[in-house]
Amino acid sequence: MADPALGYRALTRFGLGPRGDGDLAIAAGDPRGFVRAELSQPGVALLDGPGLMGSVAALKAHFAEQEERKRERERVAAANAAAQPMAQPAMAPPSPAAMPAKEPPKPPSPDQQLYRFEAGARLQRALQARVGFVERLVAFWSNHFAVSVAKGGFVRAVAGAYEREVIRPHALGRFADMLMAVERHPAMQVYLDNSQSVGPDSKAGANRKRGLNENLAREILELHTLGVGGGYSQADVGALARIITGWGHVGPEGRLGEPGTFRFNANAHEPGAQVLLGKTYAQPDVTQGEAAILDLARHPATARFIATKLARHFVADEPPPALVAKLEKTFRDTDGDLRAVSLALVESDAAWSAPPLKMRDPWQFLVAVGRVAGRGFDDVGQMLNWLRLLGMPLWHPPGPNGYSDLAAVWAAPENMKLRLDLAARFAERLRDVGHPSDFLEKAVGPAASQETRLAVAQAESRQQGLALLLLSPEMQRR
Amino acid sequence: MDPISSCLSRRRLLKGAGALFAWAHAPAFAHAAGARDARFVTIILRGGMDALSAVAPVGDPAYAGLRGPLAMQTAGPGAGLALDGFFALNPAMPNFARLYQAKQAAVVHAVASPYRERSHFDAQDVLESGLAGVDPHAASGWMNRALAALPKGARVAPPSGLAIGATTPLILRGPAQVIGWAPQAVPKASDDLAMRLMKLYQARDPALAEALARGLETDRIASRQGMEMGKPAARGGEPGAMIQSAEGAARLLAAEDGPRIAALAFDGWDTHANEGPISGRLAQLLGGLDGALAALETGLGPHWKDTAVFVVTEFGRTARVNGTLGADHGTGALAFLAGGAIRGGRVIADWPGLSEAQLYEKRDLKPTADLRAVAKGVLADLFGLSAGALADKVFPDSRAVAPMAGLIV
Repeated sequence: MADPALGYRALTRFGLGPRGDGDLAIAAGDPRGFVRAELSQPGVALLDGPGLMGSVAALKAHFAEQEERKRERERVAAANAAAQPMAQPAMAPPSPAAMPAKEPPKPPSPDQQLYRFEAGARLQRALQARVGFVERLVAFWSNHFAVSVAKGGFVRAVAGAYEREVIRPHALGRFADMLMAVERHPAMQVYLDNSQSVGPDSKAGANRKRGLNENLAREILELHTLGVGGGYSQADVGALARIITGWGHVGPEGRLGEPGTFRFNANAHEPGAQVLLGKTYAQPDVTQGEAAILDLARHPATARFIATKLARHFVADEPPPALVAKLEKTFRDTDGDLRAVSLALVESDAAWSAPPLKMRDPWQFLVAVGRVAGRGFDDVGQMLNWLRLLGMPLWHPPGPNGYSDLAAVWAAPENMKLRLDLAARFAERLRDVGHPSDFLEKAVGPAASQETRLAVAQAESRQQGLALLLLSPEMQRR
Repeated sequence: MDPISSCLSRRRLLKGAGALFAWAHAPAFAHAAGARDARFVTIILRGGMDALSAVAPVGDPAYAGLRGPLAMQTAGPGAGLALDGFFALNPAMPNFARLYQAKQAAVVHAVASPYRERSHFDAQDVLESGLAGVDPHAASGWMNRALAALPKGARVAPPSGLAIGATTPLILRGPAQVIGWAPQAVPKASDDLAMRLMKLYQARDPALAEALARGLETDRIASRQGMEMGKPAARGGEPGAMIQSAEGAARLLAAEDGPRIAALAFDGWDTHANEGPISGRLAQLLGGLDGALAALETGLGPHWKDTAVFVVTEFGRTARVNGTLGADHGTGALAFLAGGAIRGGRVIADWPGLSEAQLYEKRDLKPTADLRAVAKGVLADLFGLSAGALADKVFPDSRAVAPMAGLIV
């Protein structure tokens, strides 16, 4: 028997919103089956295509640009020195006031081009996905293992490839595999400074120029696996930091491998056994870190932490304890099989029955708007700009803990006002809107309140009706 | 639409929005006789600002050894600006140095929230919630509760708080009224659309109605303050964005019926590697902060004399430079105080020392003061908040933490 309300929930709680192509009717026939079917499409989480570069090629382009800029700076410096032999370099603090008011327009750097191209591919996939459950899962894991382009051109060049190479292939695979791929990836190694970390008693550390950096080790424990209450100490942070010394990426000069790939530098690795969470790791090389990471992936605190975050993301800020327990048990019973965990979420009655109190975050909101409007944004630059305005610039979270997943954060005064202004702008620029009430049926039909129906029907223009629909509580919450 | 007509119609809109938001168009504040119409701004530096690079204890015998290549010099290029015989200010902060000389700025050194672990996110939650420890369910912040606790009868309308940015930080979340503002480049939606949406939210989703009303309220004040909406975001990277945020905050705070307290947050202070305190990354960030303080001073104009700015961070960094020319998560930090209401020109510190035995866990600057004591001291003397309200409501379970006296002129 068809259930339109649950069909709508399939597309909003689990997916990215209706596309208005009859999907609500299909989903209503078998809501759970509709969501499950997306998971069983072969390779559904993967994203590939012409022009999408791998990390190695992207970083090669980044390194080449860096080299070119360096040569340019040297040329300018040489020319200046020749022109003003007496000039001394000024030693002044950088002051914003002293910055040139207007820079000549420069073509976008390769880093910026790669970032935009990757962003466009991600957006297209989100707009076209049948349900969007897999894309929601990809975004969830990408946020769990967040890197930020705030780190600079290196991460900007490779942020999209990072998601495609280490998140997507494992989003329906094993957690341990994703964790290992993430921690080895140059984007994470650079973002959390581990490429630079050197064992104090290693050969490289002996010259005392470089030493330990515990940034990545701490976030592996706190954010990637056990969670902050997961039972580790400062001593464990130090131990893990020493265990993963020597992990990093190959730079442009190509020592220890192909530029832009993972490297293990034995000379920088802290020698000796380390005790992490009471267990001794005596391996002399990269396998020490691999063993530690595999143990962290299987730690009970990790199962609990992941289960809680998943339930919070999809269902409620304060998720039903029974749902968390069920996901946790599935995670442990299947050795972190994320397909099984995702299916357990879909099978849970609690996941379907909770009231829609979560806010769509800016990415989900804009994607939902693009899906139901049947066309996207002027270009990916507009989408990126709007995400930035709404406080969720793509691959640019405020810190390694990613973007907030709490409804109250996104239902903030400035955010609601911005959503109003942006929805109005979006609606005004859609020339051929059709009838707003038809739109309403396609977008939120089974969930539409009488008040929303009335507000849309009584709008003074088609554009205004559409804007009201896009801003309605039914479109804002999920 | 020109700013004036926009302002008028927004006002109409808010009147139409119903009694729930009556505060939004209440008459201008009435002040108790003689009471100060003060402004209070908190700037959160997320990531853990390196206190020992911002205000360096150059007189401590262990300082130079611990800091190695990051150590601030007392002479020559890039030398610190002497604050007293012991502490030197990072040279990227000439405005703060000027305010310090004018006795309108102070430093509280070796200070920390009650949090003693090293997670950014828990540390920020404790800093902002004002609770005595980590509570993952904390839903309100101490600035919001301070607003709610302001003495009754002093004002006709309850003063509101201002959150700068696309979302409201925890420090300002809670029951008291908060409006939001961010520099943006989007034309405003029509008032008619806003009013229709407000009606829909009021019928179906009161939480969204309240949020939207507060967002629109800021627009109204901003328009009347002549702030250019639709202005593209600042150029000049992060320092430029900090200054632009501060300029916006100052203009809203300067409005007669505008907010009285505001929170800003600047990201990027997690300097694990290549910190660059004198000519690199940290110098740039401190330069942006310094510019933001100057923008507040300029924008607040005649209100600056009644203003206190409180600059905080979730924790300090390790006393030793780490292996990558940065410092890892530490404990003791510092707070900057600035504004005409601050009794400035001094570094307030019960200096714990930097020898191995004096460090916290042989690793970090040991905190000898509680950030809550500083905040309580400012709130007590600036707004007349009672000790009881401060100890029970604003900073729950903090009776043992006495307000720091004498911070306010």
